[in-house]
Amino acid sequence: MSKMSSVYGEAKANYTAKLKIKSAILFVWFVILTIICLFPIYILLVNATRTTTDISNGISFLPSTHLFENYKSATGADFRLNYRALYGYRNSLIITCTSCFLTVFFSALTAYGIHVYDFKLKETSYTIILLVMMVPMQVTSAGFLSFMSKIHLTNTYWPLIIPAVAAPGVVYFMRSYMKSSFPLDIVEAARIDGCSEFRTFVSIAIPMMKPAIAVQAIFAFIASWNNFYTPNMILISVDTKKKTLPMMINALQSSDVLNDYGAVYLAIAMSIVPIIIAYVLLSRFIIAGVALGGVKE
Amino acid sequence: MASAAQRRIKSISYAKYGYIFILPFFIVYLFFQLWPLINTFIVAFKGNADTGVDNWVGLNNFKDILFGNPDKPFTAAQTVHESFFRCLGNTVILWVGNFIPQIILSLSLAVWFTEANLKIPGREFFKIVMYLPNILTAASVAVLFVQLCGQSETNPGAINSLLSKVGIVKSLPNGHIDPIEFIDGIWPSRFVVMFIQTWMWFGNTMIMLMSGIQGINPSLFEAASIDGATSGQVFRKITLPLLTPIMAYTLVTSMIGGLQMFDIPYLYNKNGTVKESLETIAALIYKYFHVSDLSKSKLGYSGAASVLLFFITLALGCIAFYMTRDKDEIAKKKQRKKNEKQLKQQNKQFGGFSV
Repeated sequence: MSKMSSVYGEAKANYTAKLKIKSAILFVWFVILTIICLFPIYILLVNATRTTTDISNGISFLPSTHLFENYKSATGADFRLNYRALYGYRNSLIITCTSCFLTVFFSALTAYGIHVYDFKLKETSYTIILLVMMVPMQVTSAGFLSFMSKIHLTNTYWPLIIPAVAAPGVVYFMRSYMKSSFPLDIVEAARIDGCSEFRTFVSIAIPMMKPAIAVQAIFAFIASWNNFYTPNMILISVDTKKKTLPMMINALQSSDVLNDYGAVYLAIAMSIVPIIIAYVLLSRFIIAGVALGGVKE
Repeated sequence: MASAAQRRIKSISYAKYGYIFILPFFIVYLFFQLWPLINTFIVAFKGNADTGVDNWVGLNNFKDILFGNPDKPFTAAQTVHESFFRCLGNTVILWVGNFIPQIILSLSLAVWFTEANLKIPGREFFKIVMYLPNILTAASVAVLFVQLCGQSETNPGAINSLLSKVGIVKSLPNGHIDPIEFIDGIWPSRFVVMFIQTWMWFGNTMIMLMSGIQGINPSLFEAASIDGATSGQVFRKITLPLLTPIMAYTLVTSMIGGLQMFDIPYLYNKNGTVKESLETIAALIYKYFHVSDLSKSKLGYSGAASVLLFFITLALGCIAFYMTRDKDEIAKKKQRKKNEKQLKQQNKQFGGFSV
């Protein structure tokens, strides 16, 4: 009996030892991956504080003290031709906030319309929305641009904002969410209490869908903030003051200030840091959202 | 009876709200997505700057792109033919080079993150860090890597100086280092773009696969561990087969995304013009229509290339779905149909009575 238990104990100890070794190896591997993930961002932040000569002399892992000088030249006369951070923030925020609001509101409205009401084209319209999800943006862009220039909307923000109303992926997500957690009895109850249909949507459905709306709002915000393709396509010949932040970063590349490394690093950092801060605050939501099959660009 | 009738009246009177609520979506969709799609097909049959963007040219654009004009090497037709296939090749190379490492990395990480008996501290932290590159602005990331991978003798860039510290990159006698041409070299630059794509997307793929693994019935894993299966066996016999649908989804979305690959290859260069070895299909389409005056653009070529891209996407999607469909399910369906047929025949024999 005692022999049995010792054999069992040995096997168990063996098993746990193996698991411990595996866990330790994996931990080291994860740490390596973490370093790879953070290395470019860390170097970006460090180099944003170093002078151009320091940077061209080699790599350093410790920040320096020249942040303010770099800021001065990044907002100075040479950069001003292509890069104006404050205007960039403003323009990106205008486009991003409005399109994010439109995406979330109208997607919720569309999903609600399909989910709550019975009408003839209900299933057809939902199928169309699912099909539309598959068409990539790049395929339609030639026709999109030629249409926009025909109705004189190029070089304005409208073609960047209004299409946000029709976001099939978000509608699909909202509908799935409603199916699982929006009972139709509530709508009946609201009707009996004399609530109008639109008001039912605004003051009952939207508060109930807050989690789904939050996740999709975050993703819509990130996607729109990071978008370079569409703005660069539509805003063909506009002043630097009207460009979005990613467009300004792109403009830096073809300018001759690219040799002022410290200031360029700072300019890039200024475009990335706001979104990193937002990510750190909202990361739990975001990870949960991706796990729900949220988005894939 | 009355209540049924009332209910019917009610549902009829509410149906209009359904239409009203989905109307904005469909109006905007019609104007900003469906019509542009149709319009792309229309411009594909119209001319370019030299033949006039408003003139119909039939299938000429497609003919030029697919077959070119081999007798006259420097004409527009031959150029567009060569660049289309060069860009298609680039796109495939860049996509394969980022998808294979990405799926291996994400799948292994997803399995390790979900293995319950491993004791790894800080899993949540690792997940959050690994997803971080995905939310960064792609345009900024490309320019950042151009800076990091600098290669001139006077400015070796962070990566080259790190490699020289490790000893991979040799030093020159004059004290400068002999850098790897991460920007000008064809394969080194492709490698960097593949690295950036993998770096940005593996966290996203990992989390999707993880949610797929967590959706597998845990009692299967329990049963396997009671039966003494090793983690390799569990992976091959349980995780992988049950993960096939979500893997198919990942493959298809990644393929479609790969065909649209634009920001990183388009912006990874030093002087603002896209490098030939990195030009993707999306970048080519973009180049043809992205001019300040549309009547001077190669809108026809750009439309025709878009149409071809559309059909390539469609075909790839169909193939992927066909290859990864659930074979057991199909076999079962066939069996079920067979059984039904037999049953019907039997019923006929018994004079139409159902048994």
